[in-house]
Amino acid sequence: MSFFEIENLSLSFGGVKAVDGVNFAMEKGEVFTIVGPNGAGKSTIFNMISSFYAPDEGHIRFKGEDITEARADAIARIGIARTFQNIELFEHSTLLQNLLIGREIHNRVPVLRQLIFDPGVRRAELEHRRKVEDVIDFLELAHYRDERIANLPYGVRKKIELGRALCVEPELLLLDEPASGLNPEETEDMGFWIDDIKNDLGISVLMIEHDMSLVNEVSDRVLALNNGCVIAEGSAQEVQNHPDVVAAYLGGAA
Amino acid sequence: MRVLFKTDYNQDIKFAKHSGYVFWYGLLLAGVFLAPMALDTYWINELTRVLIYALAGLGLMVVTGFTGQVSLGHAAFMAIGAYTHAFLLTQGVPFFVSLPIAALTSGVVGLLIAIPASRMTGLYLTIASLAFAIVVEDVVIHWEGVTGGNRGMAVDPPMLFGYEIFEAWEYYYIVLVLLIMSIILVLNVLRSPLGRSMLAVRDSEISAESLGIRVARTKVLAFLISAALTGLAGGLFAHFIQFLSPETFGILLSIQLLLMIVVGGLGTVHGAIYGAVLIGFLEATISIMKDWLPPAIGNQPGLEPGLFGVILVLFIIFEPEGVYGRWLKFRTFLENFPFYRRNTFKRQRSYLKTERMR
Repeated sequence: MSFFEIENLSLSFGGVKAVDGVNFAMEKGEVFTIVGPNGAGKSTIFNMISSFYAPDEGHIRFKGEDITEARADAIARIGIARTFQNIELFEHSTLLQNLLIGREIHNRVPVLRQLIFDPGVRRAELEHRRKVEDVIDFLELAHYRDERIANLPYGVRKKIELGRALCVEPELLLLDEPASGLNPEETEDMGFWIDDIKNDLGISVLMIEHDMSLVNEVSDRVLALNNGCVIAEGSAQEVQNHPDVVAAYLGGAA
Repeated sequence: MRVLFKTDYNQDIKFAKHSGYVFWYGLLLAGVFLAPMALDTYWINELTRVLIYALAGLGLMVVTGFTGQVSLGHAAFMAIGAYTHAFLLTQGVPFFVSLPIAALTSGVVGLLIAIPASRMTGLYLTIASLAFAIVVEDVVIHWEGVTGGNRGMAVDPPMLFGYEIFEAWEYYYIVLVLLIMSIILVLNVLRSPLGRSMLAVRDSEISAESLGIRVARTKVLAFLISAALTGLAGGLFAHFIQFLSPETFGILLSIQLLLMIVVGGLGTVHGAIYGAVLIGFLEATISIMKDWLPPAIGNQPGLEPGLFGVILVLFIIFEPEGVYGRWLKFRTFLENFPFYRRNTFKRQRSYLKTERMR
C-alpha cells in the first residue's frame, strides 16, 4: 500500500479526454512532481484530488483509504492541503487572517461559544495564533503580518498561499505551480522551502511545476503527462531525457 | 501617525486596539447615552429609528457584507420579527420573553430558507430572497387571524415588569442597549473562526472549501444570525411604528436596508451604523424638505425611492467602499499629512483569475 495512490483516473469534458487512465503512486516523505505541456491534465488531476471534479473512472487513495468520493471540504480534514495556480487568497483580509482561516479544521469550539467569546474561545484562538506565528516565522513573512493581501506583491502572495496550506498541518501538500510568476531568486527560495517542508516538517509534497531548475532541485520523482496520459516516470533526469517527453515539448516524431 | 507596538497576541483579539479606541468610542457611548437629555421627543424618535435601522442593517451586513450573499428580502425577516412579537404580546407573553422568541423565529425561518438557498450563488440567491420576501408579504396579508391582514394590527407600548414604556426616551434606551449587545455579538463572530469562515466564503468559495470550511454550513449560520438580528430589529420596529400593516415591510424597505449597508461601507460593522445614520436622517430630511419644495416636486410619488436609487448609483460609481471607506481614506490622509500619496488606495487588477471554477 502506497502513501498516496492514483489508479486509472479518467475525466472527460465533453469530447475532450482531459485525464486518461493515469496511474501513479507516491511514498511518504517524497517530493513528487508532475510535469507536462499546457493542457496535459495536471491541474485537472489536482482538482479531482480536491474533489472539485468527480472523476469518470478510477480511484484516489490516501493512506489506503479511498477518497475519490469524499466531499471537497473533507479533503483538508483527511490531511491534504493545496495551493492554487492563480492564487486564491482572501484578498480583503490581512495575511494573519488568511493564515488563521487555514486553521479551520483544527477549530473545536462550538458556534454558540464563539458568539459569547468565553475564555475558552480566547485560549483556542491564542493557540491557533501560536501555530500561525510558527508558519510566519518559517516563511519569513513577519514583515507583512497585518497587511491586506490586496496590497501585497505577487511573490509574497505566493508565499502566503503556501503558508496558509501549511497552517492546515497536512500530511500531503499539493502545490500547483509554486514557482509560476516568481523571479529566479524567489524560485530558488521556493526550492529551499520545499526542501524544508519535506525534511523539517515531514510533509510529503505533490507538485505541478514547469520550472525545470526547481523540478531538478527538489523532486525525488517526476511524472510527465501529455494529453491526459502518462508518458514517462522516473528521476528528473530520466524524464527530461525521455524521447516522448522531448517530443511532447518540442514536437517531432516520438 | 500612531505606530502600534505589539507585545501580546491578545492585542489582536481585543476590541480596543489602542487608547484612541477607548477615548473615541467612550465619547460616542457617552454621547448616545446622554443624547435624550438634550433632545426633544421628535429627535429622540428619529434617533430611535436610526438605531433600529442600524440593527436591521447589522443583520443584513452579516449575510451580505461578511458572507457575500446579497439578500433583497431582509424586510421579510423584519416582518416576521415584528408580527411574531406583536402577536405574542397580544397573547400575554411579556416583552422580554416575546422579543427573543421573535428574533429566534425569524432566525429559524432564515435558516430554513438558507438550506436550499445556500446552493445558489450570486444573482440567483438575490432573486430567491426577493421571491421569499414577496411570499412573506402575501402570507402576512392572508393570515388574518394572526396578522390582521390588510386591516393591519395595532401594537401597544411595551410593558416592562408592570411598567408601561410610554416615553420616547425610555424606548430609546431599550433599543440602544439591544443594539450595543448585538454589535458586541457580531464583533465576537468576526474575531472567531465562524467570522473568518464567512469572509473566506465571501472572497473565494473554492479555496475556503479546500481549507476544510463547510461552505453551505457557513452560509446557513450566517443567514441564521442575520435573520435573527433583523428579526429583533423588526420586533423593536413594531413598537416604534405602533401599527403594523403588510406594506410597511415591502420591497422598498429591503432595498433601503441594502442601500444602507452599501452606502455605509460593505463588510464592516461601522458601515451598517453609518448607513443607518445617513439613510435614517435622509428620510427625516426628505419629509422636512417636502414642506419647502414646490408641490409639483414635493408630492411627486416615488420621490423617496428615486432619491435612494440616485444615491446608491452615485456611491457605487464614486465610492464603492461607502462612507466608512471614505472616512478611512480621509484618516489616512490626516495621519500621513503632508506625505499622503494620491493613489494610496488605487488598486490595479493585475492578476486574472482565469482558472476559476463555477
